[in-house]
Amino acid sequence: MMKSAPTVAFFDFAGCEGCQLTVLDALQTHPDLLSAIEIVEFREAMSEKADSYDVAFVEGSCTRESDETRLRRIRDQATIVVALGACAHTGGVNAMRNDHEIDNLKRVVYADAFDHFEAHQTRPISEVIRIDAFLPGCPIDREEFIRAVKALCLGRMPVIPEVPVCMECKLSENACLLQQGKPCLGPITRAGCGALCPSLGVGCEGCRGMIPNPNLEALETIFSQKRCSPRELRSMLSLFLTHPLQSEEVTAYESS
Amino acid sequence: MKAVKTKAIQIDIQHLTRAEGHGNIVVDFDNGELNKCALEIVEAPRFFEALMRGKPYRQASHIASRICGICAVTHATASLRASEKALGIVPSPQTTRLRKLNILGEMLDSHILHVYMLVAPDLLEVGSVIPLASSAPELVLRALKMKKVAGDLCQLIGGRHTHPISMVTGGFTHYPSRESLVELYDRLVDLRHEMDATVDTFQDLHFPEFENETEYLALHTEGEYCLIDGEIISSDGGSWPVEEYLEVTNETVVHHSTAKHSRNQRRSYLVGALARFNINFADLHPKARSAASALDLKPKCVNPYLNTVAQIVEMVHCVEEAIAILTRITREGLSVELPVVQKRPSGEGVGACEAPRGTLYHHYAIQDETISFANCITPTAQNLANIEADMRALVPQFCGQGKETLSRHLEMLVRAYDPCISCSTHALEVRFI
Repeated sequence: MMKSAPTVAFFDFAGCEGCQLTVLDALQTHPDLLSAIEIVEFREAMSEKADSYDVAFVEGSCTRESDETRLRRIRDQATIVVALGACAHTGGVNAMRNDHEIDNLKRVVYADAFDHFEAHQTRPISEVIRIDAFLPGCPIDREEFIRAVKALCLGRMPVIPEVPVCMECKLSENACLLQQGKPCLGPITRAGCGALCPSLGVGCEGCRGMIPNPNLEALETIFSQKRCSPRELRSMLSLFLTHPLQSEEVTAYESS
Repeated sequence: MKAVKTKAIQIDIQHLTRAEGHGNIVVDFDNGELNKCALEIVEAPRFFEALMRGKPYRQASHIASRICGICAVTHATASLRASEKALGIVPSPQTTRLRKLNILGEMLDSHILHVYMLVAPDLLEVGSVIPLASSAPELVLRALKMKKVAGDLCQLIGGRHTHPISMVTGGFTHYPSRESLVELYDRLVDLRHEMDATVDTFQDLHFPEFENETEYLALHTEGEYCLIDGEIISSDGGSWPVEEYLEVTNETVVHHSTAKHSRNQRRSYLVGALARFNINFADLHPKARSAASALDLKPKCVNPYLNTVAQIVEMVHCVEEAIAILTRITREGLSVELPVVQKRPSGEGVGACEAPRGTLYHHYAIQDETISFANCITPTAQNLANIEADMRALVPQFCGQGKETLSRHLEMLVRAYDPCISCSTHALEVRFI
């Protein structure tokens, strides 16, 4: 078991910092968090830095070679590394770029100055360093973060659901969006968000990553039966799932 | 400029803390000469504008909100306005009211975070909000309570605090219940006490004395403190429809840095709370104007450090405006409207909003319901040139006080702008020396 107040550090790579902000927000409902853990590094919120920590939460994707050194240092200095949010976990929206030639993207955004900076394909951090756990979602779920911290304080790993969002949609007694002909990735996406988007009338976009063994063929069939175009399915899958779909190990993926 | 002969000062602050995103401050001052003075943007580029190409326009606002975790509502709203203008969609007055309410919540949330958690530690001379939690717990608990109300407002209207879900082109996919709106109203009314306490707290805190006049730009609409649409107004005179944003922002590559800089009628300009305060002072809620007077802030204020004070004034405004909108909504009730459908499948449009950090533009061309071109100019990108201009003016003023004091003032200066480096999508990574 871990000592009573583990030292915790937060790090950010390419991302919007929404997950770190969600951590700050978690303090609103759980101010006692500050006594349960000792935050030793958190650039977004504090100036102090640390050389070692029990738990490192890493937000954002690896999009540059120079990120790798920093990630390895974090791995060396941490006992437990947790990927925080979709960008760190699956590459998130940043991985949309993996569908393109990077030089073309650079030219579109930066024109003649395109070769002034470093940018590569997007990878989840698990492809650079070993991770011990992940908290999925864009952004992470505040309560899931709290539960994860509690588990880590008890020397356990966070438990992340492996069932699809459809389970939670049924529990919420939502009418099925797919049945209504609205594109939704609920059948292949990992639950744990309480089926938030479908409950608000918006199809699941897959931000929590895929369940183990997702049946993509069946989803494609459902989409075509409901007159959702294959293009719609592709563009939905590309939002958060580009990297998992491109990686060969979809089924073995995240078997942490 | 005082030509004080001081020993050489080299400052290299890697990854400025208590700011959104990664930025470095680099200064090389030697023998009275300022050889180098820059805010380097080292955030990894994310290519959103390129990635939006080829996507259905209906996804645009959800992609856009991922540019930034703190101004997600404003990115989504500017994005929706761009698509709506392109496709001839005119949202209902109720939709516009709800969007404004959501932006007010986000601005309040963002300002509380900046004022209390990122800036206050400087003014109270502690390293961060963490030690502040033990040395001034009432301050931190107050900030957390206020932030929760603001975040809950965003969640109620947009479906989620960060990255709104239910805002779509032409309207909303979901409406909050009357009970939840009434409860929110009560909590906002209660928040007035915290706003009074905030004004009291910051009345006693000291900001560096430094003035550097510049051009101030903000959106303006007759008769309201403009947050969505309007026209672009300059403190130097001049107004432009938002469709002409390129003539105002004028992004250029400057010779000393590969980060693009914006300039309008001078070498640089400022957007954000201070610019809005200077330009739209008359449209602030009377209670916000009283708060300004209590905090001794008058237009035209040219001390960039006081951007933080302008944010406090805006916080008062946000609370009062949100109460006013909620009063109307709870009185009239919300009608469940289906989102307005597009008039045409193709077109071009510019959406503009006042994000917490200043004017934000999204510009799309849409072909057969698919984005064929996207441009996004964020407030931080527009402020970069002005931040550097202030840094250059500041160094000679504080260099006599030693490297530590100068570094501290530079950090506080950059932080005062509340830069959201994650979103400055037009800024390039630069390495110097």
